[in-house]
Amino acid sequence: MRSYLESTARERLQHVLDAGSFEEFIGPAQRIVSPHLAQLNAPVAFDDGVAVGRATLDGQPVFAAAQEGGFMGGAVGEVHGAKLTGLLRRALAERPAAVLLLLETGGVRLHEANAGLIAVSEVMRAVLDVREAGIPVLVLVGGSNGAFGGMGIVARCANAIVMSEEARLAMSGPEVIETANGVEEFDSRDRALVWRTTGGKHRYLLGDCQAIVPDTVAAFRAAAIATLAALGAGPAALSVDALEREHAMLAERIARFGAMRDPLEIWRALGVPAPERVPLLEIDAFIAAAAAHRLGES
Amino acid sequence: METLQYRFERGDKRLASAARLVGVVSSGNLEVLIEAAPLGGACTIDVTTAATGFGAIWGAVMHDFQQRWQLADVRIAINDMGATPAVVSLRLDQAVATMLGEA
Amino acid sequence: MTAPNRAWNTLQLNRDARLQRARATLGADLAGKALPSARIADLLHAVLECGDRVCLEGNNQKQADFLGQALAGLDPARINGLHMLQSVLALPEHLDVFERGVAAKLDFSFSGPQAGRVAKLVAAGKLDIGAIHTYLELFSRYFVDLPPRVCLIAAEAADRHGNLYTGPNTEDTPPIVEATAFKNGIVIVQVNRIVDTLPRVDVPGDWVDFVVESPQPYYIEPLFTRDPALISEIQVLMAMMAIKGIYAEYQVERLNHGIGFDTAAIELLLPTYAASLGLQGKIGRHWALNPHPALIPAIEAGFVESVHSFGSELGMEDYIRARPDVFAVGADGSMRSNRALCQAAGHYACDMFIGSTLQIDLQGNSSTATLGRISGFGGAPNMGADARGRRHASPAWLKAGAQARAGRNVIPRGQKLVVQIVETFREHMQPAFVERLDAWELAEQAKMAIPPVMIYGDDVTHILTEEGIANLLLCRSDEEREQAIRGVAGYTPVGLARDKRMVENLRDRGIVTRAEDLGIDKRLATRDLLAAKTMKDLVRASGGLYNPPKRFRNW
Repeated sequence: MRSYLESTARERLQHVLDAGSFEEFIGPAQRIVSPHLAQLNAPVAFDDGVAVGRATLDGQPVFAAAQEGGFMGGAVGEVHGAKLTGLLRRALAERPAAVLLLLETGGVRLHEANAGLIAVSEVMRAVLDVREAGIPVLVLVGGSNGAFGGMGIVARCANAIVMSEEARLAMSGPEVIETANGVEEFDSRDRALVWRTTGGKHRYLLGDCQAIVPDTVAAFRAAAIATLAALGAGPAALSVDALEREHAMLAERIARFGAMRDPLEIWRALGVPAPERVPLLEIDAFIAAAAAHRLGES
Repeated sequence: METLQYRFERGDKRLASAARLVGVVSSGNLEVLIEAAPLGGACTIDVTTAATGFGAIWGAVMHDFQQRWQLADVRIAINDMGATPAVVSLRLDQAVATMLGEA
Repeated sequence: MTAPNRAWNTLQLNRDARLQRARATLGADLAGKALPSARIADLLHAVLECGDRVCLEGNNQKQADFLGQALAGLDPARINGLHMLQSVLALPEHLDVFERGVAAKLDFSFSGPQAGRVAKLVAAGKLDIGAIHTYLELFSRYFVDLPPRVCLIAAEAADRHGNLYTGPNTEDTPPIVEATAFKNGIVIVQVNRIVDTLPRVDVPGDWVDFVVESPQPYYIEPLFTRDPALISEIQVLMAMMAIKGIYAEYQVERLNHGIGFDTAAIELLLPTYAASLGLQGKIGRHWALNPHPALIPAIEAGFVESVHSFGSELGMEDYIRARPDVFAVGADGSMRSNRALCQAAGHYACDMFIGSTLQIDLQGNSSTATLGRISGFGGAPNMGADARGRRHASPAWLKAGAQARAGRNVIPRGQKLVVQIVETFREHMQPAFVERLDAWELAEQAKMAIPPVMIYGDDVTHILTEEGIANLLLCRSDEEREQAIRGVAGYTPVGLARDKRMVENLRDRGIVTRAEDLGIDKRLATRDLLAAKTMKDLVRASGGLYNPPKRFRNW
């Protein structure tokens, strides 16, 4: 069983999408590298850390992108972001059945400063445009770096997110929270706390992700196919109604859980049986235990 | 960053044309881009590395690599972030194996 | 003729005087042997005398930290010049005691975490090192010329009589206590709790003088836990070569693994790669080893029949309890470790030691000594040495001995396999192979009589790198040995300077072996071969019994 977490971005594309179907746009052979990193005497990658292209998933035409977490933590620089935005804009023209974003990223690539920030905001806008055109956007998060920063926000702009429990999804990184608010507020070296707070299981219980899978490429593939099939039933575009429902859900969440100090308390409040055992449960058992109690619409 | 260039003649093994990439530019690692190219029968290897001052070792590793494979009309480009010679040799061999469809 | 006027019981009288002072100082606070933790400084001031030999349990894992802190906090005007006898200098207070002038001299075995500070204190004249020892060697001296006058030890629990339960982390305690008690010394123990009934008695109360329940449980360092996520492809390749080229070749059934990721990779390849070679039941059956979590899959797969341990490992307690056929478990259900006896087992009853190192020279001398750090070696010199007193035979021992002596006119004898496994380059492209060990410079710097060598070239039988295996048993001259070493030294300056023709010749003779020569396909050397790739995999393999310490978990 091939681990999704240990696979490179290209290996993930190879095994999640239909075998041999991935055709890359602006591949590494074209050597479109970061114009900024060389100035900083930092190494570049031939694909600037992201592979984008078209493929099929269970026979359906899709567009896909995968970030390479090993290169600069998957952070988004100018070229990297432009490839993502370009992929999304091309989707508007070619109209695939879906766009898959395999995210592993710390967010904006600080080395590239404003260029990185602008890139991320352009990606956000482009994702919403794709949804508006009726094309669902599905995010997969399963790498060791998780999906943080501005790209964490991008993930939540998608139609659905599939996560493993090893993955994390958030905006601010643990160290940033600790530095800004003190170790009493959040001990970033308490790895169990970090994963309780930002990891797949908590996100699943809160309804921030729609599916949780074990750490195998096969499980991510199956969940992608199933999730897209389920999304096919409804509209891909963001509606005012959906946005207002989301806001209401978030307000209720803060009202209900805002005073709590640890996700364990939230799980207990949700009625999850034996919440302290949640981190130990295998995925099947966890999904069964969560079914009657988790928040979220799907 | 340091750039190093190597050119080997008198190889005889040619590879399929589509470019392949193996490896990742992470700490202690490297990426290898390998593609067929009309080079008059030569094999060229361009290295950009974050670890400076190891030219002699790179030379020995490249020489042994060419001894193993005797490539012709092949262009190889490397972005390296401090990989040891063991990892460099491994990735180079993986790159060729990928091109030969064996990986 | 008896010597007139000589007193023959000075140690007894001196012991009685110390106990008197202690009783006088503690008064009603002393209940039997127990005293409150708040009075520990008073006890130590009363019971110690300047210049005493004091043995403090800084073990490899277990630390008598409450007593160590108390000792470091004593008034140097009252107690000074102590001669510390200690296996391991692990905690800052182990050096504070020298910094503050309470102690002056030291005999020890290992100081890994504090090695830099040891060097500084030596240079500043505040620490006089008697000698660096291997563990068994140090314990031995407690029974010859370095008997402790006072020992400060740690135990799980004591009963009202002073009987002690030391449990899984018994470690160095038995020889320390025996050497002290039977030279009329004073035994002081910190315990986690005082109970009515102990699970079992590890140390008889007759040998114990003072018991103090410490405010916190004694500290244990999880030294032998290795996260499988950090094992690299290169380490997997070397592990494959070790298993096929050495373990299978010599039929190694009884062994010790030195600490490290290289050996963890071997442990995790047993149920997969070694099993695929049909080696189950043929290699790796009996181990002198701490309870490595990385060994769990091999135990579960039925490879491992027995493990006797030097100490325990945090998080393994429940797993060990559930596997009493494998581990050294008492009638009470919990393990007892014993560093001294396990070191003896590793020396005499094991056919192979394999471990890593920092530097190897052209004669095969292996050292972890680096400039600015005086770290010692722990158990490695003992495990990584031929046991010349051994007399019982085994296939591995006979084969190694025969290889070493083939073609020479000497009486046959066996030899222990001593393998050094190391990547040719370490972090920051530091070569592992050097013309001259840093140990020479360190010896000069620290004014040592001889350079500190962990394993001597005479004892090393094989050197294994990602480039291949050098079999030093088959070398017949210094030149062959040097070229064999250069032949596996990769692209280091030492490796690049090899005589290529000679190395090819050595390869033809099987003295230098490459992965291809062993029929190993390097493309199979991936992390997919590991029986466990993450800490959670190890927990799963143990059926949920293994409970990794917090720092290794993200759940």
